Amino acid sequence: MNNSLLVVVLASGVTYGTPLLYAALGELLAERSGVLNLGVEGMMLVGAVMGFWTVQRMGGANAVVLVAAVGVAALAGAAMAAIHAFLVITLRANQIVSGLALTIFAGAVGLSSYLANDLQLAGSPAKHQFQEILPKSLQDLPVAGRIVFGQSLLVYCSWVCVVLVALYLTRTRVGLNVRAVGESPAAADAMGINVAAYRYAHTLIGGAFAGIAGATISLSITAQWVDGITRGSGWIAIALVIFAFWRPTLCLVGAYFFGAFSALPYALQSHGVTQAPELFQTLPYVMAILALVLVSSRAARLRFGAPAALGLPYVREER
Amino acid sequence: MRIERRLRQPWWLAVVVPVVSIGAALLLAAFVLLLTGHPPLHSFRRLFDAAFLGIGALSETVVSSTPLAFTGLAAAVAFRMNLFNIGGEGQLYAGAITGATVALLLAGAPSPLVIAGMVVAGAAGGAVLAAIPGILRAFFSTNEIITSLMLNYVVALVLEYLIFDSHSYLRDTTGFQAKVFPQGKTLPDEATWSSWTVHGLVLPLGFLVAIGVAVFAWVLYARTRFGFEVQVIGDSPRAGRYAGMRTRRKIIAVMCLSGAIAGLGGASQDGDFRHQLDPRGLRQANYGYTGIVVAALARYNPLAVVLVAVLLGGLQNAGYTLQGADFPSGLVGVMQGLILFCALGGELFVRYRLRLERRQRQDPEPALKTAP
Repeated sequence: MNNSLLVVVLASGVTYGTPLLYAALGELLAERSGVLNLGVEGMMLVGAVMGFWTVQRMGGANAVVLVAAVGVAALAGAAMAAIHAFLVITLRANQIVSGLALTIFAGAVGLSSYLANDLQLAGSPAKHQFQEILPKSLQDLPVAGRIVFGQSLLVYCSWVCVVLVALYLTRTRVGLNVRAVGESPAAADAMGINVAAYRYAHTLIGGAFAGIAGATISLSITAQWVDGITRGSGWIAIALVIFAFWRPTLCLVGAYFFGAFSALPYALQSHGVTQAPELFQTLPYVMAILALVLVSSRAARLRFGAPAALGLPYVREER
Repeated sequence: MRIERRLRQPWWLAVVVPVVSIGAALLLAAFVLLLTGHPPLHSFRRLFDAAFLGIGALSETVVSSTPLAFTGLAAAVAFRMNLFNIGGEGQLYAGAITGATVALLLAGAPSPLVIAGMVVAGAAGGAVLAAIPGILRAFFSTNEIITSLMLNYVVALVLEYLIFDSHSYLRDTTGFQAKVFPQGKTLPDEATWSSWTVHGLVLPLGFLVAIGVAVFAWVLYARTRFGFEVQVIGDSPRAGRYAGMRTRRKIIAVMCLSGAIAGLGGASQDGDFRHQLDPRGLRQANYGYTGIVVAALARYNPLAVVLVAVLLGGLQNAGYTLQGADFPSGLVGVMQGLILFCALGGELFVRYRLRLERRQRQDPEPALKTAP
């Protein structure tokens, strides 16, 4: 029963959806503060490569190494985001072009590949990987066993992150300030909120999340280094934020939806459908386009819009 | 120090800022190289020699710059309207697919006819693909950045399917080698685009077509009503609508134009250089994304795009030539990214100026002094 196609697709949908979820949560925080960061793909790749490097080179207990690797990946992602933040917040550059520049700089033929090449990471599997952590008896439960209990620690942490981000944005003073900065920076400024500091902080946190998302791929899903290992999931994460209407809980649903579509071709292959895997692999991208069209109808946008100041630089004297 | 908006932008800034940006990017790249333990000057020297020293290297650079000129122009015409078509990569693949198909279909016809057919088919393939995000943007206000980008992945997978995983018309299924290493059918001789040699420098037809397209795009934007309306809509869609401009039509037209130019680049890849549909070669080079760097560095000016394409084409060409154990792969992408970062940062100095002034002590004016 636990090997039926539906259960396999749902279980691996959760696995494949987790990096999307982390990346989307990070992007959501940045966008809620008014900064659009299209560099998610690049930040994820640098996070993935640095996390992978840590597990290959660091000695010690499994748990320690893995936690350190995720920390390094988060720092690397935040460092990449800092470039974007400096360009768009301090130098008032175009957010779209700057994000693209970040993806080109850090992406599949840029820094991530340069680092992997320089640190000689290709060719060997990860020495430490995230495994299922719950006891085998729980995992053997029918259906839910594999989907809910057969996951790695990163999956359970992502659930905690969803709750924390949701509470942060709706129930804390600082979180409400973030939304004010994203909706109306001029009003927030008048309230005495430091707009630039908020935007810097949330762009960096967003980068850290993207770095963790990358490490999720290189330490648990693919568990070895290939250039361009994320294969566009950073871009799907950006789309995900849009059709989650900038709500963390909807990101969770959307991430697993797209995770399931990413997992479908592999599940089909192991169930004997071997024709045209490439065409099945296009599914997540095609679904992303369809979902975007659905949510961009006018009625949907009137109710849950994007942060009003998304993508606009804030300059005090140029209101 | 204060940052204040310039009222007039001096003309020389449009030249000085990109040049200084490249210099700054080289400095930053040197820093990256130093950090990872490579001698920067030596690496730069080899890059320059491999890209621009000697007529052979220059000819190779022209080969690398031809697709970049097409994708750069494709990005420039769309970005001018604040329409962010990032699908140049996929539109180039689409043009390569349709161009190769027409070349195989027309095998045996006179060469000029085959070449013309490939040009039209390539442009049409790119335009049709770009029309999808264009129509979605015009009628449903769907974000064109993400839709055009998603299509890149879709077309890349279709390209792989056609050559590696199916018995499509484009795949070579004869011979032992073709069965072990799947590849596209070799295009007929009539489909080979001609090239001209000037003092040893080989100029392929595709490069000349790109220059023609650049002139066309420049005239279109600088001298026609269409171009004027496109720029007005780009700056302020509302103003355009109030002035009675057809916003939706313009969005779709500009997306199709942008896609057609990228598709031409794909057809030129088939006809000028590869002579078969070559998924690996096309995907490896990242022409579409590099085209965005080209367009941004040229500040979306079509004529400057060709010049910048030669520059970045040289960088890419040198990257291929030098790739090996002692020359870090990925360095080219890093440098392209840095150049784009610096060009973006430099925009600040085009739009604003920094005024250095000593902070004056805040002496309250005597008139405002209140009596104790």
